[in-house]
Amino acid sequence: MAAESPDHLADPGKLGYSIRRHLHERFIEVLLFLSAVLSVAIMLAILAMLLKESAVFFQHVSLWDFLTDTQWTPLFDDAHYGILPLVAGTIVSSLIALLVALPLGTIIAIYLSEFAPFTVREISKPFLELLGGIPTVVYGYFALLFVTPMLQIFFPELPGFSLLSAGLVMGIMIIPYVSSMTEDAMRAVPMNLREGSYAMGATRLQTAIRVVMPAAFSGIAAAYILGISRAVGETMVVAIAAGMQPNLTWNPMEPAATITAYIVQVSLGDLPHGSIGYQTIFAAGLTLLILTLIFNIIGHLLRKRYREIY
Amino acid sequence: MMQIDQEAVSEQIQYKSEVKNLNFFYGNFNALKNINMVLHDKKITALIGPSGCGKSTFLRCFNRMHDLYPGNRYQGEIMLHPDNVNILAQNVDPIEVRMRISMVFQKPNPFPKSIYENVAYGLRVRGIKQRAILDESVELALRNSALWDEVKDRQHDLAFNLSGGQQQRLCIARALATDPEILLFDEPTSALDPIATASIEELITDLKNKVTILIVTHNMQQAARVSDYTAYMYLGELIEFNVTDTIFIKPKNKQTEDYITGRFG
Amino acid sequence: MNNIEEIRRIIGQHKRWDLIFVIAGIFALMIAVLTFMALFAHMLIDGMPRLSWEFFTSFPSRRPESAGILSAWVGTTLVMLVTALSAVPLGIGSGIYLEEYAPKNLVTEIIEINVTNLAGVPSIIYGLLALGLFVYQLGFGQSILAAGLALALLILPVVIVATREAIRSIPVAIREGAYALGATKWQTVFDHLLPYSSAGILTGVIIGLARAIGETAPIITIGALTFIAFLPPSPVKSEFPFVSFEWLTAPFTVMPIQMFNWVSRPEEAFQLNAAAAGLVLVVMTLAMNGLAIYLRYRMRKNIKW
Repeated sequence: MAAESPDHLADPGKLGYSIRRHLHERFIEVLLFLSAVLSVAIMLAILAMLLKESAVFFQHVSLWDFLTDTQWTPLFDDAHYGILPLVAGTIVSSLIALLVALPLGTIIAIYLSEFAPFTVREISKPFLELLGGIPTVVYGYFALLFVTPMLQIFFPELPGFSLLSAGLVMGIMIIPYVSSMTEDAMRAVPMNLREGSYAMGATRLQTAIRVVMPAAFSGIAAAYILGISRAVGETMVVAIAAGMQPNLTWNPMEPAATITAYIVQVSLGDLPHGSIGYQTIFAAGLTLLILTLIFNIIGHLLRKRYREIY
Repeated sequence: MMQIDQEAVSEQIQYKSEVKNLNFFYGNFNALKNINMVLHDKKITALIGPSGCGKSTFLRCFNRMHDLYPGNRYQGEIMLHPDNVNILAQNVDPIEVRMRISMVFQKPNPFPKSIYENVAYGLRVRGIKQRAILDESVELALRNSALWDEVKDRQHDLAFNLSGGQQQRLCIARALATDPEILLFDEPTSALDPIATASIEELITDLKNKVTILIVTHNMQQAARVSDYTAYMYLGELIEFNVTDTIFIKPKNKQTEDYITGRFG
Repeated sequence: MNNIEEIRRIIGQHKRWDLIFVIAGIFALMIAVLTFMALFAHMLIDGMPRLSWEFFTSFPSRRPESAGILSAWVGTTLVMLVTALSAVPLGIGSGIYLEEYAPKNLVTEIIEINVTNLAGVPSIIYGLLALGLFVYQLGFGQSILAAGLALALLILPVVIVATREAIRSIPVAIREGAYALGATKWQTVFDHLLPYSSAGILTGVIIGLARAIGETAPIITIGALTFIAFLPPSPVKSEFPFVSFEWLTAPFTVMPIQMFNWVSRPEEAFQLNAAAAGLVLVVMTLAMNGLAIYLRYRMRKNIKW
């Protein structure tokens, strides 16, 4: 019988187990697993690198000074290593950005999700997506050479570099990010909730604000928090338009450096590897990473929650 | 001639609503074909028929839910009495229609709010803010939907924590709170277990003296148990409409009889 | 029930709010549209006169009117080559693993949380990693290789997420069909899942690369902001073995760095160059993102599982 079956078919009399095939499959699985594990390795490498260099830095500078000193002048002869000016710059620029991005992003999301006719939505969504894809260095250029001169018409005392103009442009830059996530959260709310509200005689805005938004609450909160994280970590717009001089101020009309802008400023110079100046950017980076990681983790927990509800 | 007829109708017989030559289109698809029917005041009317026959579509015409989606079109009239107004007319605001004709859905759909806020929603939508009025209406609605005793101590709990049957009674309370003239039920028990179903059916029967009810059901026993009038629909047409007993005991139409006796298909 | 006049008044009021909101919504959208138009118009007016054949074929120079972006676009092309060659296989591999192979256990969960967290790490942090790891630890120096790898890490989460979503949308019936014919897991993946999800994966890869092209901060961080008036060694040679990898370790500049360099010059003439470089950059990223959006649109229209 076996002799009669064509060569390329397995012997029907034997149901065997091919070790070769098994090994081949295992080998591929291991390769794929390694590529997946790489993401964990990257995260660990980031942490290790930042911690290693920061550790050296904190041997020179006490954590107390780092957190309380009001000056950040690591490259001066009279060196001070207080992160506060950089944190203040980051907070002010992020706040301005969020004051622009959160309200406008939310209004756009509600409009697109609950009001806009089909065609408007189909055109607006890709357009916003394109807007979000423009390189940040271009937005920086726009802030410095277009928005700042425009603002100077209204505020003649505004300097050439300011947190205000960087923050405004950053806000517009983040709008697509906030609006698309908020809209996704709102569209995930099942239609029967909306129908329940309309059946009571509610208008669109009442339905949107009283039913859809509370139902999408955790998703919207996640969008906001990820938006905050984005603003805090944004680099080029502030580096170009807000100046790169550390300046402890809460006044948006002044130039100041953010954490990210400081890292750029140091990288532009020629700091020898291993010097304390070199290590400062890792300490600054560690601060930034901790800030954004906290926001990201909260954001993703919230997102997970709304995905579970519906 | 027409004029006199209509006056006679609204004076002599207690019709809450009259459907005249109603056609409905999803885009080009003619989903309801030339329907003529009446709703008797303070009575329960049931719509039965195989799935896809258009009974839910018909129900949703009464509070203009189809207006929410583009491409839908009504033709014909649904007259609401005593106003004698065609609620499908272009110049009639669907929001006003929905304030007077409320609806309970197939799947309980409480809002992600407290029990209290769910029931108060319709009042809040009407701009009522006075706490005393809200409290009173919420309690009355919860009592009328036989939910008060179960939830009176936890009115501020999230509505999601209620059981399925309780959620559906909450949705009925929500609809009742605004004192609607007609209450629409779209297969209100199809997502519930038999015990919850029995309690909802009992509730619907109790409500009949207060409000005109139109109920879609695919459960014939349910129609027989709760309704005063029954309409049988098939493929978007109204095949037969009569007193429930007549429909179930000696239907005039062969098709209706086949469906009722289970010889359908 | 309150009287009908009262109800009408209230509905009228509420509908007025609806209308006000629609106007606000359109207004908010208009802010986004107008900003984009202002940005584009401003760059067009300033940059257009500088866009000429010479602009693309000249090296940067101290004299703004003869400066160009030759070394920048060549650098961008080579860096993108490194980025794509490393991020695409790794990203697709981990996407396949997480979607098809990964058992439900702690390790998988850690990997998944990690991918979402990596996506939220600010790009400049990747620059710091690349500076410490690639430039110094591994000794790649401020090279095309270091920059390409830094950007590859940055877009890895984008590729992973796109791969997973594309594979997830394939119905189970396809997998069962393949297994029922005696295919192994890898054969099922390679012969069916990968080809059927290729459009989705490609969309993700394009979006990722579009992002990488515009990234500036990580490249500044590795210290690559220098005056580059030469090209890296050619990857193709006339004598055996015809290919060379010397370019990988060569110093370089890229488009966004060149633009940043010109923006930060005080002379206005250099800022015109910045506008021209920005124009090229924006057109490139818009074209890539547009292509990705178009591909996704086509995909949704054509495939109905």
